[in-house]
Amino acid sequence: MFIAFTVLALQGFGGVLAVAQRELVDRRGWLTREEFIAAYSLAQLLPGPNVVNLSLMLGDRFFGWRGALAAIGGMLLVPLVLVLVLAASYNRLSDYPVVAGALRGMGAVAAGLMLAMGFKMLGTLRRNPLGLVLCALLGLATLVAVAVLRVPLAWVVIGFGVFAWGLARWCIARQERQP
Amino acid sequence: MTPGFMLSDLPQFFLHFLTLSLLSIGGAMSTAPEMHRLLVHDRGWLTDADFTTAIALAQAAPGPNVLFVPVLGFQVAGLPGAAAALVGILLPSTLLSLGVSRWGSRRRDTPAVRAFTAGLAPVTVGLMFSSGWVLALPFVREPAHRVGGIVLIAATVVAMLRTRLAPIWLIAIGAVAGALGWA
Repeated sequence: MFIAFTVLALQGFGGVLAVAQRELVDRRGWLTREEFIAAYSLAQLLPGPNVVNLSLMLGDRFFGWRGALAAIGGMLLVPLVLVLVLAASYNRLSDYPVVAGALRGMGAVAAGLMLAMGFKMLGTLRRNPLGLVLCALLGLATLVAVAVLRVPLAWVVIGFGVFAWGLARWCIARQERQP
Repeated sequence: MTPGFMLSDLPQFFLHFLTLSLLSIGGAMSTAPEMHRLLVHDRGWLTDADFTTAIALAQAAPGPNVLFVPVLGFQVAGLPGAAAALVGILLPSTLLSLGVSRWGSRRRDTPAVRAFTAGLAPVTVGLMFSSGWVLALPFVREPAHRVGGIVLIAATVVAMLRTRLAPIWLIAIGAVAGALGWA
């Protein structure tokens, strides 16, 4: 567990989430896409770094609190050492244009990983009790609020989250009345 | 160790991060403005440039971006500062998440929990696209890197959807392309 999460974390330039989805769902098959998105939704709504919360939940699910600790440790330990070494030597590194270029290229790939994950997760919405139209509206509204209007993330997550939760409760109740 | 920071300030510093931990909904980055206010503006423990560098470093290095927090601690007070900042930002949120997650999985089939997962799924997918969009924007905006950047982004999306390549190879390709000045 510790090693798996260390490997995950070390691939996560500019964000570990897309890498986590790739490794845990597509390659190792520890989770289904639906389980991943459910765990991630919860991790997002709770305070604390999303990826750390997600690791913790998965570790806990498989191996209890020891697994949770191993997952968090794996996620943080080696990257922490690396980033502190970088911080200590930063002023000498940042002068090389090659380093800046390489970081830029990695940034582009990080953006691609994130978008690809969005496309993959679209498939999980097909069986959603809300129905496709409401899902599309909610997803688009979120996208516009965050990417275009730049509303602070906490407000979006809480506002849309509570609204969507209420909406989903209503939809599920309605479906249970009409079998 | 910055001038003006005493070891006797460390408990107060730690306490501050404990509080911020419970406010960090959506990730530690959302508390960055508040940290900036404390460390740069109120106490003068860091300069503006130090603060920005910490965030840039954490985003460039592998691993979760929350690692900008121990870097700030390190800049303020060396290794003890890094430890205080990291433990402070993680401990409360971790305990809370563990409790909620266990509580939720015990009640997985109740309508409330099912509605929670169903309702949040489209919002979460929307947020994933938003993050991708925000990350991609600098490449779309800068004419000098537009073509290479967009090609790299598109190639990554295709490779992720069509192949089973590990992300590390894509990142390596991105680094090489960037270093050669193609992106």
